[in-house]
Amino acid sequence: MGERKGFIVRISGPVVFAKGVEDIKLGEVVYVGEEGLLGEVVRVSRDYFAIQVYEDTSGLRPKEPVTATGKLLVAELGPGLLGRVFDGVQRPLEDIAALVGPFVRRGVKVPSLPRNKRWHFKPTVSRGEKLGPGDVIGVVQETPLIEHRVMVPPNLSGTVKEVAPEGDYTVEEPVVVLESNGTEIPLCMKQEWPVRQPRPYRERLPSDVPLLVGQRVLDTFFPVAKGGAGAIPGGFGTGKTVTLHKISMYSLSQIVVYIGCGERGNEIAEMLKEFPALKDPKTGRPIIERSIVIANTSNMPVSAREASIYMGITIAEYYRDQGYDVTLIADSTSRWAEAVREIAGRLGELPVERGYPAYLPDKIAEFYERGGRVKALGRPEREGSVTVLGAVSPPGGDFNEPVTIHTLRFVGTMWALDTDLAYRRHFPAVNWLRSFSQYADIVERWWVRNVAPDFPQYRRKALRLLTVASEIEAIASVVGESALPDDQRLILLASEIIKEGFLRQTALEGEDVFCKPEKQYWLLKMMIDFYDKAYELIKKRVSVEEIMRLPEIYEMMQVKEDERGLEAVKELYGRVMARLEEIAKRHGVTLESKAGVIAGA
Amino acid sequence: MPDELLQYVVPKVGGKIYRGVREIRGSLLILDGVEEAAYDEVALIFGKDGRERVGRVLDTSIGTAIVQVLGDREGLETDTLVKLTGTTFKIRLSEDVLGRVFNGRFEPVDGLPPVLSGEMREITGAPINPVMREYPHDFVQTGISVIDGLFSLVRGQKLPIFSVSGLPHNMVAAQVARQATVRGEGEQFAVVFAGIGLRKTEAEFFLEQFRETGAIERMTAVINLADDPAVERLMTPRIALTVAEYLAFDLGMHVLVIMTDMTNYCEALREVSSARGEIPGRLGYPGYLYSDLATIYERAGVIKGRKGSITLFPILTMPGGDLRHPIPDLTGYITEGQIFLSQELYSQGIYPPVNILPSLSRLMKAGIGPGKTREDHRYLADQLYDAYSRGVKARDLARVIGEIGLSERMRRYLRFAEEFESKFVNQGFYENRSIEETLDRGWEVLSILPEEELVRIPRRIIEKYHPKYRS
Repeated sequence: MGERKGFIVRISGPVVFAKGVEDIKLGEVVYVGEEGLLGEVVRVSRDYFAIQVYEDTSGLRPKEPVTATGKLLVAELGPGLLGRVFDGVQRPLEDIAALVGPFVRRGVKVPSLPRNKRWHFKPTVSRGEKLGPGDVIGVVQETPLIEHRVMVPPNLSGTVKEVAPEGDYTVEEPVVVLESNGTEIPLCMKQEWPVRQPRPYRERLPSDVPLLVGQRVLDTFFPVAKGGAGAIPGGFGTGKTVTLHKISMYSLSQIVVYIGCGERGNEIAEMLKEFPALKDPKTGRPIIERSIVIANTSNMPVSAREASIYMGITIAEYYRDQGYDVTLIADSTSRWAEAVREIAGRLGELPVERGYPAYLPDKIAEFYERGGRVKALGRPEREGSVTVLGAVSPPGGDFNEPVTIHTLRFVGTMWALDTDLAYRRHFPAVNWLRSFSQYADIVERWWVRNVAPDFPQYRRKALRLLTVASEIEAIASVVGESALPDDQRLILLASEIIKEGFLRQTALEGEDVFCKPEKQYWLLKMMIDFYDKAYELIKKRVSVEEIMRLPEIYEMMQVKEDERGLEAVKELYGRVMARLEEIAKRHGVTLESKAGVIAGA
Repeated sequence: MPDELLQYVVPKVGGKIYRGVREIRGSLLILDGVEEAAYDEVALIFGKDGRERVGRVLDTSIGTAIVQVLGDREGLETDTLVKLTGTTFKIRLSEDVLGRVFNGRFEPVDGLPPVLSGEMREITGAPINPVMREYPHDFVQTGISVIDGLFSLVRGQKLPIFSVSGLPHNMVAAQVARQATVRGEGEQFAVVFAGIGLRKTEAEFFLEQFRETGAIERMTAVINLADDPAVERLMTPRIALTVAEYLAFDLGMHVLVIMTDMTNYCEALREVSSARGEIPGRLGYPGYLYSDLATIYERAGVIKGRKGSITLFPILTMPGGDLRHPIPDLTGYITEGQIFLSQELYSQGIYPPVNILPSLSRLMKAGIGPGKTREDHRYLADQLYDAYSRGVKARDLARVIGEIGLSERMRRYLRFAEEFESKFVNQGFYENRSIEETLDRGWEVLSILPEEELVRIPRRIIEKYHPKYRS
């Protein structure tokens, strides 16, 4: 099916209705008008078809031509993706700037992957080998951080007839020629994949390894597993974007795909300023070399925003298939849902909830379901994962709205951001009472194996303590703290230490931006053991005031920032315990190492 | 009579003219038999009353076009002449726009002739390529302590005021426009003022303010009054920003754009959307309110390799004082922070009555610190904010259990909050404080608290700036 011509009959914002192509198919890419604006067919009927146009439609007139390409909306996949910034339909924004200056003009056509750049290709197959879908045919050092594994596209197989010798090639030059049933299939480093279809894999693997992000409240209390899905809902100013930026910068993932869909231009500018400056801790290379940014900011065309999510996840799957752990971040899925709503409205579809079409939940589910840990197609055997993290921007910060509700049905982790915490400048403003993680029990095994066998006890106890403390706080705000019994005041003190010393964490710089698991464990252990011992003292008639006067309390809140790291925590732990023993001795009581009870739990 | 109309119109415009509309529905004209009207094209409408009106094409198909009339539509009949101009809405720009006042159709209302020379620009503008944005980092001194000290404005930022009817938001905006400077630079500065659905007295207030300080020479005002047509409100901010883009990115000026009241803009958008029969989102506002507002606010910024910048200082009044209303809510998701005004503080006679706790400037961290303001700025701001929030908590508690019931420590925070409001936040409408003065005032009120409470400030900074060590 090649190019066919039709013409415009009606224009309504980003949706254009056209006629004149009999065999038009859903999802087909079309060029609209004299300027050839990029669009995709979203509805087909016997006498017309509707096109979602990815660029501004001002000035288009009825009867202007429409060219159908016969192709679906695809992502171009191959070396040259890493370190670059694309718009929602994968046009490289640097190249657009070079062509038309600092403003994005419409009708600009640039290839996604650079055509003239030569990559050093090392073949890994030889003539006569039989290859199937997904088999690696050679490698390219795409950036100093990432080796790009060139694969047989998922729908092809055959016998190797020719292999190019190691050398420099462009993405369009054939590097391997396959023979299948007497036909020759040239393979180059570039392949295409329709963005709205998930890329195939051999089998799904369980998600049982945590994706460590270095933020204590997330790693310890509400972990997300590699290949899992998480949502981060929160009103404006609660720090969704800052949290996701930090995850994209510090998390232990090999590749990060960041989709800025419908968000601020200055936030993208900030990332592009920071990513080249920030070094990967393991290799010392700038993290931009492992990152791909898709930037369709809020003022860019709304229909390209709808496509940006699929573009991003297709690229993520492609690197997953090469055997990498990929983190995909979408900020914000609410803006994407609004784009879906707008297109649906223009097509005259029946709205169900707050104007959203009835298929919104399906769309959200499809997106999150494309995450996962898998065994990839082809040889050599590879395991990769796509972890999907989506920001949700609920109107008015109220989670009781369609996008939040449906998202929570399909994710395993929710980091609920809280306006009150943000007002108190408690960041990350993750509400420990409302957030959840279904991966917690599974990844606990990882902590037990790799960090400490008693980690789960401490985690649970801390959560319980925080829950009880929030109830006591409600009472204290009425009667005043000094009117409470000593054991309740101790709970408040301990929860204060946990909040300030453990949950609160800087996003800016210094020792505390990434907290290693061992340090997380020791910090928590210190605080809970302190509580247990102090509880025992109080039960044995020591006044809580005496404990509150300990200078180490302030230190427990601050030690997270000590540049000596874990060592400082362990040292402080020793001192805290010794202090409590001292108090015990002074009062002539003995401390048994019994766990304290949390009243009300 | 109609022939008279023809005689008058034909020689004037020439070309193809359509006669007769099928239906007039609110501000929408539905035209039949029209061929190839371009989407968003400008139409000239000639009524039998002899008046010329302007409209825009909202929906076009073979044979039909829907045209939205801008301006007054009383007296229109179905027997009307419509001329499609073939272009989208453009304005003519040159340096002559400075010192001028226009209405929401970019017609001069200051009695001077229209801008005649210069190039035509589309008012919708094109999005700034995200990779070409320079991350904003130049501190703008507004001379208002609470803004400079706690919620610093940065060149290229969009920082709105969230207010309620009856509060002095216009005064704050006028004071910012009068006092804003970037220190140590002799660069060109300009103000673009967009008045959207303003009452006459409000418009007069602003123009008077600008005249008084001579700022009028360096500014352009686009004013749509409350009794001007609502649909023109949709064009007013876009015209203002197109002027601002020209001044900033063509002439290299640093432009401060003040837009008030964005709530009127959103109301107009809702009106137009409902006239078009679109599916409403929350509270009847169209589902694309967010994207539409973004096409306005995102025009602020700094571009790599260009000299100028656009800083946006919009004002909106929250309907019913409700922060969760779609207008402030969606604005907050787009802008880089917000400054809340508080009824409570204002009734205590504090000006500017900034509600500290929910206010925020997201770009502050990049604009302050050594070499920009002062090394103690960030720590001081953190500490002031933290201490004030404790003070407010103490005040709440004191309301329940009485001040006597507070601990010694809480009482001290309560006193801090009072002093902070009266000495730091409160200042005169004509009082212009340098950043040093602002920071020193901050230290002064902070010295009410014992030194060991200042946990957010490093020791060496305390020893350098705390009044105890300085005197």
